[in-house]
Amino acid sequence: MLKLEKVSKSFHIGTPNEKCVIKSLNLELKEGDFVTVIGGNGAGKSTLLNLIAGVYPIDCGIITLNGQNISLAPEYQRAKLIGRVFQDPMMGTAADMQIIENLAMAARRGQKRSLRWGVTKKEKEQYYEAVKTLGLGLEDRLTTKVGLLSGGQRQALTLLMATLHKPQLLLLDEHTAALDPATSTKVLTLTNEIVTKQHLTAMMVTHNMKDAIDIGNRLIMMYDGHIIYDVEGEEKKKLTVNDLLKKFEEAIGEEFVNDRMLLG
Amino acid sequence: MPMLLSLQGAIGQGILWGIMALGIYLTFRILDIADLSVDGSFATGGAVCAVALIAGIHPILAILLATLSGFLAGFVTGFLHTKCKMPAILAGILTQLALYSINLRIMGKSNIPLLQSSTLFKDFAKVIPLTSQWITICIGIFFSLIVVIGIYWFLGTEFGSCLRATGNNENMVRANGVNTDTMKLFGLMLSNGLVAMSGALVTQQQSVADVKMGTGAIVIGLASIVIGEVIFGKKAGFKLRLTSIIVGSIIYRMIVAIVLQMGLNTDDLKLLTAFIVAVALTVPVIVNKRKRLSMYKKLTGKELQNHA
Ligand SMILES: Nc1ncnc2c1ncn2[C@@H]1O[C@H](COP(=O)(O)OP(=O)(O)O)[C@@H](O)[C@H]1O
Ligand SMILES: [Mg+2]
Repeated sequence: MLKLEKVSKSFHIGTPNEKCVIKSLNLELKEGDFVTVIGGNGAGKSTLLNLIAGVYPIDCGIITLNGQNISLAPEYQRAKLIGRVFQDPMMGTAADMQIIENLAMAARRGQKRSLRWGVTKKEKEQYYEAVKTLGLGLEDRLTTKVGLLSGGQRQALTLLMATLHKPQLLLLDEHTAALDPATSTKVLTLTNEIVTKQHLTAMMVTHNMKDAIDIGNRLIMMYDGHIIYDVEGEEKKKLTVNDLLKKFEEAIGEEFVNDRMLLG
Repeated sequence: MPMLLSLQGAIGQGILWGIMALGIYLTFRILDIADLSVDGSFATGGAVCAVALIAGIHPILAILLATLSGFLAGFVTGFLHTKCKMPAILAGILTQLALYSINLRIMGKSNIPLLQSSTLFKDFAKVIPLTSQWITICIGIFFSLIVVIGIYWFLGTEFGSCLRATGNNENMVRANGVNTDTMKLFGLMLSNGLVAMSGALVTQQQSVADVKMGTGAIVIGLASIVIGEVIFGKKAGFKLRLTSIIVGSIIYRMIVAIVLQMGLNTDDLKLLTAFIVAVALTVPVIVNKRKRLSMYKKLTGKELQNHA
C-alpha cells in the first residue's frame, strides 16, 4: 500500500543550521491500516506526513503508494491519491469561497479541471446529504463563505473534503489540536466513522496518548526522526498510557520521562 | 460646454481603460499578485495593433492579435515567477523593462500615427451619425460587456474556481490536486491579454500608438479598482464588483478631466494619480477604524450604564 524505504530529510542543508529531521526511515502500511502517530515536539511527525504528501522533496529514499513510485512527484500530483487535514484549521479550505465551492473543488480531486461549471445543480443535492452527515447544521448554509465558520466547523469540512473523493491514503496531522475539547471529540468521532465506513488507509498524528491507543489498529512512536516503537492489533489494544511512557524511556535510554517529554 | 464635452470624452476613455483595470483585477485581487508587467503589455497591445492596422489588417483582427501578444507577455512574467521562482514584483519589472525594447522593435519607432489607416472607431463613424465621444462610449460598452460577462462565466467554471482558490489559499488548492503554478501562469496570461486588448482599443480610438502609452497603467488600474471598491463596497455581488471597476475607471477619468479643466498642468497628472490611489486605499482603513471606535463607545457605554 504505502511503503517508505530509507527516506531521509534535512532542512537548511549547507548552513550552520543544518538539521536531519527524518533519518533513513522505513515504514510500510497495509491496505486498511489506520495508524496513529505519537512522539515529542520536533520528533518529525509533521515532516513525515509532509514528505509523504510531497510538501517538501525528500533527500533520498523511495516512497511508493499503491505500487506507484511517487518519490519525485510534486505535491499536486500526489494529492490525486492522498487526502489531507492539517493542524491549522485555516489551511484546508478557501476562506473567501462558499462551502459548496470548496466541496466541489475537493470532489474533483484527481480530475482534470475543465470549463464546465464549477458547481453543478446535481452536486448541490449530493453535498447537502454529505454535509448533513457532519451533524453541524451546515447543510442549510452551503452558500456561506467558509471564512465565517468556526475552526471546528472548518476542520470537519476539511475532513469531509479530504474524503469526498475516496483517497488511497488519508493523512491527518493533529487535526483536532487547535479545537476546544468538545469540538475535538466530535471531529475525532467523525474521523473514526469516516475511516471505518470507507475502509480508508490512514495516518493520524495526535498529541493525545489515549486517543492514539483507542483509535486505529496500529500505533507508531517517533523520536528524533526515527520510528522507535511500532505496534498493532491485539497488542496495541492492550496498551496503557504507562506502557507507552515506558517504551519511550527504553528507547531513548533515559529515566523519569514524563508525558510532557513524549507529547511536547 | 467644453466641460461637458471633456466629461463625455472621459466616460469613453474610462470604459476603454476599464478593460485594462479588469485585467489588473484578475491578478491584483483574484490571484493576489502585484503584476507590474502591465505597463509594458498595455503598450505592446497598442504597438501590435498599430503595426497590424498599418499593414491593412482588419481592426477587429488587430485587437485579437494585440490580445494574443498580451497573453505572451503574461506568459513570460508567469514563467519567471512560477518556474524561475522569482518574486512576482521582480518578474513583472523584468518583463516591463524588456517589453520597452520589444515595443520599440515592434513599432520601429517610438510613435505610430494612424491617420491614414482605418480603425474600428472611424469605420463606425462612417456608418452611424454620432459624435466621436458617443462612438467611443458605444464601442467601449460593447467590449467591456463582453469582457465582464466572459470573466464572470470563466471564474464560475471548474478552472476559474481553482484560479480564485489559488489567490485565497494555495495550500488548499495543491492539496486538492491542482497545480498552483499553472493557475498563476494562466491568470497572468489572461490578465495581460485583457490589458493589451485595452491598449489596442485606446490606440485605435486615439489613432496613435506610443511606446510610452502604458507608463503608470498599473497605478491607473489600481485607482479604478479601489475607487470602485470605495463606492460599491468590497462585499458587493460579483457581477456588480466587475462593473464597479469600469465605473471606477470612468470616475478616475472624470476626476482627471475636471482637474485638467481647472487648469492643472498635465505634467502633474501622475502625481495626482498616485494621490488618488493613496487616498482611495486609505479611506476604507480610516472608515473601519472610526466604525470600530464608535461601536466600542456605543457598546461599552451601555455596559457602563448597566453597571451603574
Ligand atoms: N520547513 C521547515 N524548515 C526548517 N525546519 C523545519 C521545517 N519543518 C520542520 N522543521 C524542523 O524539523 C523538526 C521536526 O519538525 P516537525 O516535523 O514539525 O515535528 P513534530 O510535528 O513531530 O512536532 C523540528 O526541529 C523543526 O524545527
Ligand atoms: Mg507537528
